[in-house]
Amino acid sequence: MKKITNLKEFACTPDRFQGGHRLCPGCAHSMIVREVVNATDDDLVISTATGCLEVCSAIYPYTSWDVSWIHVGFENAAAAISGAEAMYKALSRKDKLYNEDRRVKFVAFGGDGGTYDIGFQSLSGAVERGHDFLYVCLDNENYANTGGQRSSATPIGAHTSTSPRGRVSYGEKQKKKDITMIMAAHGAPYVATAVPSTKHWKDLATKAAKAISTVGPTFINALSPCTTEWKFKPEETTEIADLAVETCVFPLYEIEDGRKLRITYRPKDKLPVEEYLSKQGRFSHLFKPENKWIIEEWQKQVDDYWDYLQRREEAGV
Amino acid sequence: MAERYELKQKEVWDGNMAAAHALRQAQVDVVAAYPITPSTPIVQNYAQFLADGYVDGEFIMVESEHSAMSACVGAAAAGGRVATATSSQGYALMVEVLYQASGMRLPIVMTVVNRALASPLNIHGDHSDLYLGRDAGWIHIIANNPQEAYDLTLCAFRIGEDERVRLPVTTNQDGFLVSHTAQVVEPLQDEEAYKFIGEYKALNPMLDTKNPVTYGAQTEEEWHFEHKANQHKALMESFPVIEEVFNEFEKVSGRKYNVVETYKLDDADIALVLMGSAYETAMLAVDKAREEGIKVGLLMPRVFRPFPYNEVAEKLKNVKAIAALDRSAPMGTTGALYNEVAGALAAKGQSAIMTNYIYGLGGRDTTVEHILEVIRETEKNAKAGKRVTDLQGFINLRGPKLSFN
Repeated sequence: MKKITNLKEFACTPDRFQGGHRLCPGCAHSMIVREVVNATDDDLVISTATGCLEVCSAIYPYTSWDVSWIHVGFENAAAAISGAEAMYKALSRKDKLYNEDRRVKFVAFGGDGGTYDIGFQSLSGAVERGHDFLYVCLDNENYANTGGQRSSATPIGAHTSTSPRGRVSYGEKQKKKDITMIMAAHGAPYVATAVPSTKHWKDLATKAAKAISTVGPTFINALSPCTTEWKFKPEETTEIADLAVETCVFPLYEIEDGRKLRITYRPKDKLPVEEYLSKQGRFSHLFKPENKWIIEEWQKQVDDYWDYLQRREEAGV
Repeated sequence: MAERYELKQKEVWDGNMAAAHALRQAQVDVVAAYPITPSTPIVQNYAQFLADGYVDGEFIMVESEHSAMSACVGAAAAGGRVATATSSQGYALMVEVLYQASGMRLPIVMTVVNRALASPLNIHGDHSDLYLGRDAGWIHIIANNPQEAYDLTLCAFRIGEDERVRLPVTTNQDGFLVSHTAQVVEPLQDEEAYKFIGEYKALNPMLDTKNPVTYGAQTEEEWHFEHKANQHKALMESFPVIEEVFNEFEKVSGRKYNVVETYKLDDADIALVLMGSAYETAMLAVDKAREEGIKVGLLMPRVFRPFPYNEVAEKLKNVKAIAALDRSAPMGTTGALYNEVAGALAAKGQSAIMTNYIYGLGGRDTTVEHILEVIRETEKNAKAGKRVTDLQGFINLRGPKLSFN
């Protein structure tokens, strides 16, 4: 496992994900990806689901990837990486590896659409089969690549292009699916949540290093604040991520072997959810008097979940 | 190292066992598959070979055919020999990824056991799945019996992996009629078969991590056309390689395959064009018809994609009337085989009278007598010098006669 010490040293790691890609200014995807791919000194083979990251990083004849990379489709990043990993095992057994002196690790990236929704089946299958890979969900809570449609990661009350606020609607009606717990329930040896942030950069990098060095399927759900669809200024990305953590809207934790839960960061003074919601245009309508109950509902759910996490941690389950 | 499998000079195998042994002998590095009737025994047999130590590659039983082909693409891009098997609905679920496999020029081999497509649900043989995948950019080869299913699966690896081709290949056999019908098969011994196929030659493998590669990039209007045109070029120019591989295979097996197969066509006045197990039924019908004095012959495109249109036209240049028999619901037009043959003739300015017959959907029997009836009708057209029968007829269909003109 790569030892991650200080930010200066970490930031000087040679880039495996190069600049010049076409992600939006202020997009959190590239921050998360850079942290993940630099969290190991082993060689990498990466698959990526169709989505923002894919369309912005490999437009022929250019590529941002200085590692072997494949994009097959929207719903099959996990299946594709499982095939590549199986080939590595087969060639190792047959003594036919291309670079015997190098160890290869496998990582898949998908957005919340490619993970929570259309790619869920192939992710579940690949994790159940026990392939040795890390799957990172870049969770921006909507189908940002195609103009901001709702996904099952979209939280209640959010305005998206297919769950718009309107004269008789307050936006998204469903609660966000709890993908991290679902993946933990697969019995994966390691799952975690993470955010791109100056405050919590090491939390993400350490989790990525741990996940990559763990044998077997591992999963990280990384909140990826989306300047374009969440409607905040590009320079506020890490601030939004920090607020998600400080309000406990997106708690940072890890689970080993589907059982042992550990909270990796505990806010000193938990902020009210309004602090997080009010910074984002997608929630601006919630501050109308008739929608006040939704914010109250938000706060209640966040409090309940934070309480649940702490009780699980205390109980060691 | 995988154990050598002791094979008798003559084995009694059904098509599924024949295909499974071909995959085993190819020492495939990764097989990713999902079971579906009637190709299920291919993966079951393969799993047993693995359990008994005859396979040393990876075998992944995935959670769907979509993931099966996706894992095959990931594995093939990683850099090694890859194969799978499927049928019908599973094939349909794979279609999206079939295009991605061929677009990335990955020489995956898929042994297809052809079956009808729902609805209504039907597990029996017809060519609906083959026709569904015909524009997917794969080479499609047709086997009419278990021996051919075995032989052509061995050939498929060598064709697809050839540096001049680098395309995925399917071998097709009719559901149940071939896949579950045991016949005598003369296999090659393991070492002979592997020597014929050869070592896998990697091209831009992802696992050569010292030389990173990007697979599955996006191309929009500036480059997409060039990529697809090049892919088409690879298909169109694969004929000499296919013929070369068939010739090499004859040297090791004594069995000769051709891009276009014919039966008693040289002196024929009329011809039937069809593929699959019904071709063998038609051979018996031709023999009977010739006893009646009808000079009839058969033609089968052994390779359905790329379609050998020049050779098809050349071999049919002396016949006066042709019936093309399609084993798939044409759904609003004439059958695909009819269209291909008609196009091939038109390109050469040939004007044989053409008719189309739809037969055998969902495993409906097609007997020698049924084919004889087609031959007699086709002869009427030849004698009249114009089409006097229906443009499109249906063989052994219940209810009132159905035809289109």
